[in-house]
This record gives sequence, C-alpha cells and structure tokens, in this order.
Amino acid sequence: MFLIYCPHCGEYREEEEFQNRGQAHIARPLDPDSCTDEEWGNYMFFRKNPKGLHHELWVHAAGCRKFFNVTRNTATYEIKEVYKIGEQPKVVA
Amino acid sequence: MQQYSGFGLLKHSLSHHENWQRVWRNPTPKKKYDVIIVGGGGHGLATAYYLAKQFGVTNVAVIEKGYLGGGNTARNTTIVRSNYLWDEAAHLYEHAMKLWEGLSQDLNYNVMFSQRGCLNLGHTLQDMRDIERRVNANRLNGIDGEVLDAKQVQEIVPALDCSENARYPVIGASWQPRAGIARHDAVAWGFARGADMHGVDLIQQTEVVDFIIEDGTVVGVKTDRYGDIKADRVGCVVAGHSGVMAAKAGFELPLESHPLQALVSEPIKPILDTVVMSNHVHGYASQSDKGDLVIGAGIDSYLGYGQRGSYSTIEHTIQAIVEMFPIFSRVRMNRQWGGIVDTCPDACPIISETPVKNLFFNCGWGTGGFKATPGSGNVFAASLAKGEMHELAKPFSMFRFHNGALIDEHGAAGVAH
Repeated sequence: MFLIYCPHCGEYREEEEFQNRGQAHIARPLDPDSCTDEEWGNYMFFRKNPKGLHHELWVHAAGCRKFFNVTRNTATYEIKEVYKIGEQPKVVA
Repeated sequence: MQQYSGFGLLKHSLSHHENWQRVWRNPTPKKKYDVIIVGGGGHGLATAYYLAKQFGVTNVAVIEKGYLGGGNTARNTTIVRSNYLWDEAAHLYEHAMKLWEGLSQDLNYNVMFSQRGCLNLGHTLQDMRDIERRVNANRLNGIDGEVLDAKQVQEIVPALDCSENARYPVIGASWQPRAGIARHDAVAWGFARGADMHGVDLIQQTEVVDFIIEDGTVVGVKTDRYGDIKADRVGCVVAGHSGVMAAKAGFELPLESHPLQALVSEPIKPILDTVVMSNHVHGYASQSDKGDLVIGAGIDSYLGYGQRGSYSTIEHTIQAIVEMFPIFSRVRMNRQWGGIVDTCPDACPIISETPVKNLFFNCGWGTGGFKATPGSGNVFAASLAKGEMHELAKPFSMFRFHNGALIDEHGAAGVAH
C-alpha cells in the first residue's frame, strides 16, 4: 500500500485514490506516417520493465484528477520522488 | 528410479515409509549440454521432461536460481481450462488440456487433476453475448462448452447468489465440464521427477547471471556457482524475470511484470465443488481438497518485482467474492501472497525464437500460465529439439508486436484467469 504525495493537492493520500498509468515520458512519434513497423511496434507495445528505478505516470483519480510522475523502485516499492508533468526526474538509475 | 503404485505404498508401510528413494538427484553440472533450460518452474520442468521423454534429447540441464517450482508455480490458483476465444490460443490451451487428462498416468505421479468444471459468469447482456460467441468458437474448435442460464448455474452451485436482488445479478454462464483444478506443487514435482528419471540434470540454487553469445549465437550461460556451462541451445522460461534476462541477451520484450495476489481461507466443509469465475465482478474461487477456498482476481496495476502487492487489491478481491457468495462473508482468510506475472499487451504468451540464434524464450503467460504447463512445455520442447518453432507455437512469436499479428485475448480471457 502506497502513501503517495500528490504534487497538485500538496498532500499525502492513500493509493486507492490514485491509478497507475504506466511508463512516463513516452514521446509520440513526430511523424507517425513515416514510422517503420518496428518503430511503431516499439512505440505501441514495448515498455520499460526494470527491476529497479522506474519513472511512471499516476493520476489522482479520486482527488484532483490530475496526472503527475513518480520515480519508484519496482523491487523495494520505495517512492523516490514525485514531480509534475513536463518536469524531468532528479533521481535516475 | 522406483515406480509409484498401490503395492509400493503397502510395501513401504511395512518399514514405516522410511526407505523411499529421493525423488530426484542433486547433480553437479557437466561442462556442456545439448539444451539448457533457464528456470525450474512448472513450464521449464515440463519442457525438460518432454525433451527427454518424447524427443529423445536427454543431455539437458534445468538451471534454477531458487528451488524447483518455487515461483509462480507455487503461487497460482491452480485453475485449468481451455475455453479461449481465438483459434491460436484455443488450440494451444486445448493441447495442454489433453495432456492434463493423462498426466498423472504419464508421470506416474498424482497431480490430483480434478475435472470439476469451470463456470464463467455473465452479469450483463454484453457478457452473455460474449459468452455465446466464445462457447460457439470453442465448440467449433472441438472444445467442450455450454451456455447456461441462471437457473442452471444455481443448480450447479447452490451457494452462489443467483437472485435478482444481487448488485450484479447472474444472468447465465459459460460452462466447461472438462476444466478443473490440479495440485500445483505436484505438477512441478512430477515433471521434475520424470525429467530426472530420463537423465535431465536439475541444478538448483544456481543463478544464470548472463548468456554467452558469440557472433549473434548463444553458446552457453554464465552461472554464479558453476562458472560457464556450454550449450547448443538455450531455452529461457523465467516468467516475471523474462524482461531482465532478455536485457542480458541484448533485446527487449513487450512485457510488464506485475504483482498478482491470491488468498486461501481457513479450511471449511465442502461447499464448492467447481470453479466459479466472474469477469464482471472480478474474482474467482474454488475449493481445494483440504477445504480452503482458493481466491484470486486481478493484478496490481503498477510494475513490481516484490512478490507482494497492495492491500486495496485483495480488499477488492474479497468484495467480489462476497458479492457472489454472501455465505462466505464470515470465512476468515488464512494466507495471502503475491507472484510476479509477466503480462503481454495482447494477454497471450510469447513462445518464440529471438534475435539471438539458438536462444528461445517462453514467457509472457501473465496471469494464466498454470493451466498451460504441460502444453507449453510440450510445444517448447518440440521447438528446442528441432531448432524451429512448433506449429502451435508459431503464432506466439515475439515478432508479432512488430508485424501486427496480435492474438487479442484481453476481452475474452484477460481478466479472470
């Protein structure tokens, strides 16, 4: 069970108020029409799956309903930092 | 190796069961094998067993980081069924089902496979349409299935709340009579004993730390305890850690590893003699021979390698079970645990060649791998023996995520495994 700090609400709340939306910082291809099958497949289906630090999107679904990023260790489940959309993580692997 | 039989049981009872042979050896690995299987879970052991028994490849080692069958094989809810929607998946799971049906005799080991049937409940009109479509598809593929209405469901499971007063009333269900449950540990142990009996070396407490790759071809593995071990072909069957192993081999897999939790209750008198699953209220239950209710539901939504999940997830699971079975509301839960499941975007496994020659992966079974254990091992063994993929495994290539030939079982079978 996580206690997650919502950077928009400025409060720690229980995990149940949030939803995990997977890997953060996925850039949509600038010109999808010119993508090869491999590039498009990678964009659609291939996600980072590290045992260790992971940057991921969460949404405060039962709160302010805004998205933000979390850096979390997937082995220990420790949350290292929380930062807003558009910002870059300070804790990197 | 001694065969098990009723007579043997009688004979050993005379010596207080103190002289049974060890079930498998604990060998020191050789320098080179024809095939190395990385991962000694159910699928890996089944692969080794069929390689040795059916395909005559006996110079095989299974290398396991922990102990045999200690990962997801020990952590699942033991449901076996084959009522999948799409042809590719249905053929694969039905292949497994047919092997299940003769498995105890084949292994000379009682895997306690009990074909007590499986109900997949429908609570909405759309559920029922999907169920009819799936049952029809199953029957066209030669898989048994029936569509039942609420009254017929109630007759099979008296304890289920089929009244109209339920929050999500049961409208009907699909019913696969040949489905059932098996004793998960016995499956791993039976395959391990069978493989060992045919000369396979089972190497436990040994971690494969890297692959040895020369000119794009795998030629062996590096281990932490025994150094380098050479092999002509390597099969990697490591479930939750597949992504980590793929990274060592220099490629990526479209897998995400999530915790999947399950629970068992205190043992109670027999009340549920079949498997009941519901995608809509999102939970499933069966009763083990010991009397405990075996309960599961969905994965925790976040990535996790910790073999544990969040309390809120099991709370939702229990809510679903009590919604279906109000009579269970005061049953106490005995144990709860988590496994790491490697989920694929299309909820189907990857049984595949890889960009590295002679290196094969069998992974991505996600939340539903146990039911496929013999079938997965059988087709993977055939592929490793010949160096090319078995006919049933071909659609499950890892390259389908680039050519677009996905097998989308999400809607049909993705939730309640």
